[in-house]
Amino acid sequence: MRLSGRFGRFGGCFVPEILVPALEQLEGAFLDAQDDPAFAAELNGLLANYAGRPTPLTRCRNLPGQLYLKREDLLHGGAHKTNQVLAQAMLAKRMGKTRLIAETGAGQHGVATAIAGALLGFDTVIYMGADDVARQELNVFRMRLMGATVVPVESGGKTLKDAINEALRDWSASFATTHYLLGTAAGPHPFPTMVREFQRVIGREARAQILEQVGRLPDAVVACVGGGSNAIGLFADFLNDDVRLIGVEAAGKGLAGNDHGATLLRGRPGILHGAETYVLQDDDGQITDSWSVSAGLDYPAVGPEHAHLKDSGRADYVGATDAEALEAFKALAENEGILCAFESAHALAHALKLAEEAPDTVIIVGLSGRGDKDVAQAQALFA
Amino acid sequence: MSRYSAMFERLGLAREGAFGAFLMLGDPDLETSAALLDAVVAGGADMVEVGIPFSDPVADGPVIQAAAKRALDAGVRVDDCFELIAGFRARHPDVPLGMLTYANLVVARAGFMRDAARAGVDSLLIADVPALEAQPFVDQMIQAGLEPVLIAAANTPDATLARIASLSKAYTYCVSRAGITGTHAGGQFDAPLVERLSAAGAPPPVFGFGIATPEHVRSALKTGAAGVICGSAIVDLAAHGGDVINLVDLLKAATLNDKARNDSGAQ
Repeated sequence: MRLSGRFGRFGGCFVPEILVPALEQLEGAFLDAQDDPAFAAELNGLLANYAGRPTPLTRCRNLPGQLYLKREDLLHGGAHKTNQVLAQAMLAKRMGKTRLIAETGAGQHGVATAIAGALLGFDTVIYMGADDVARQELNVFRMRLMGATVVPVESGGKTLKDAINEALRDWSASFATTHYLLGTAAGPHPFPTMVREFQRVIGREARAQILEQVGRLPDAVVACVGGGSNAIGLFADFLNDDVRLIGVEAAGKGLAGNDHGATLLRGRPGILHGAETYVLQDDDGQITDSWSVSAGLDYPAVGPEHAHLKDSGRADYVGATDAEALEAFKALAENEGILCAFESAHALAHALKLAEEAPDTVIIVGLSGRGDKDVAQAQALFA
Repeated sequence: MSRYSAMFERLGLAREGAFGAFLMLGDPDLETSAALLDAVVAGGADMVEVGIPFSDPVADGPVIQAAAKRALDAGVRVDDCFELIAGFRARHPDVPLGMLTYANLVVARAGFMRDAARAGVDSLLIADVPALEAQPFVDQMIQAGLEPVLIAAANTPDATLARIASLSKAYTYCVSRAGITGTHAGGQFDAPLVERLSAAGAPPPVFGFGIATPEHVRSALKTGAAGVICGSAIVDLAAHGGDVINLVDLLKAATLNDKARNDSGAQ
């Protein structure tokens, strides 16, 4: 490996030996592409003319305080996922791979991968926990419409973690022809670094937009954290600024119990899915099942750079419960005419608390995805 | 001399390959698991490899995943596994015993390696710690009195094999094919890997993954490997109430070379 793949004590490359050459190949392709103006030109062209970048920074007109929404919900595919999926699919082409595999939780990453597979001509297989297949029916159908095969995963808790296990198993046999298009800034090196770089565009745009609209940097930047790709993408260009960075984890049914996805708040350091990071686990080190109303935050580990930002104190991590997120989801719909993803509603819930405490605070909220996929579930929950 | 060294020396003189039997500790419960450990020794296993059940075994196929799940569903804890091992060690003082598990279990529980060594474990392989990340783990193993075992595959470059040679002790776990554990054979026992390991001065190469029949055992040993490990076939048979002693006996017989077989036939 050419890079250390470490964020302080976290990160690394904890995979079976058989996968190490595939990750070395990926790191090489990524670093070569970063130095290749032709790669950047093609990617930027796709992001602008296919995916719809730049996305707007929208000031809320009716919600209290000064909330600015970074509108990744308006990106093609309906979430920030498309940014890095197009980039990884282009890398897969450069490496001569013909097949893409991916895991998905809420289905947003699966949809984005299906989009890239259709656009760039890959055979695409999406692993999805069987419980998530049930609660995100619409996204499953979307993926299939675009030609992807969706494989329901019946092992473990039947959610995102189990889908990642199954994708890793597939990849350890298929790496010669297949790229594992990991969907978040987690997993073994080089994924956390690579996904951050491909999502950095979110924060780069937001920083320029807030300077243009407000004339100064924001006081705080707030994003939801499951694996943590939209948050790290939004944070990356603010890391050296005097700006509070706040990641919001899924507090589920409350942090007092076990039904949450608050890895940084309630987990402890361990090794899962290729990286040393915070992990929800029991005393023996068995991984415990997480819970969140939003499938995309229902994950018992977290990207290793967030673990480092927490321990170094550069970012703060807080929780929003299912109920708080649903309240924020409703408030955004009623006041601003925007249906956001349940995941993004966690970030908004915390931002609304901050705005209430200090109405003059300028806050950028990562609106990582749109809520169409959650409408049926919302209908049932609000009935 | 370590139990592994003594075993390889004895088998070398007898011109036999080592037969390793893998079982998941606590599968399906502690009592049955203890009996299965004895059964593989009774069947003629030269070395026993045991898994500690983990919730997220990414290197394992459906058979070993199911075994781990049965153990965890039965409430088996890491401490129970160490007790099973201590009991095994008391009954079989000379049989080399290796542990195969995942990194999070090793780092989560304080004193994991020390307690494993005390229980009578000889070697430790951590499936998701490749040579690249192995140094701190190897240092702790040596300190605890465990012999490190690392994995090598046909696609492992020479530089990594050299690292494996310098870090590991008891044996080198060679994966016979890409992918996860399971009974379907690759049939591609990579002779060049065995030669490259030997040139690197690595501990004796032992093939695992996809060893389920006497033919697999023979073709694996034809590469010059020092032994084989059979896991899924044994675990699957045990799960269906089959005759484990008989299967181990059959597979162990395939590790005898023609000369050794003729000699034993003449007795």
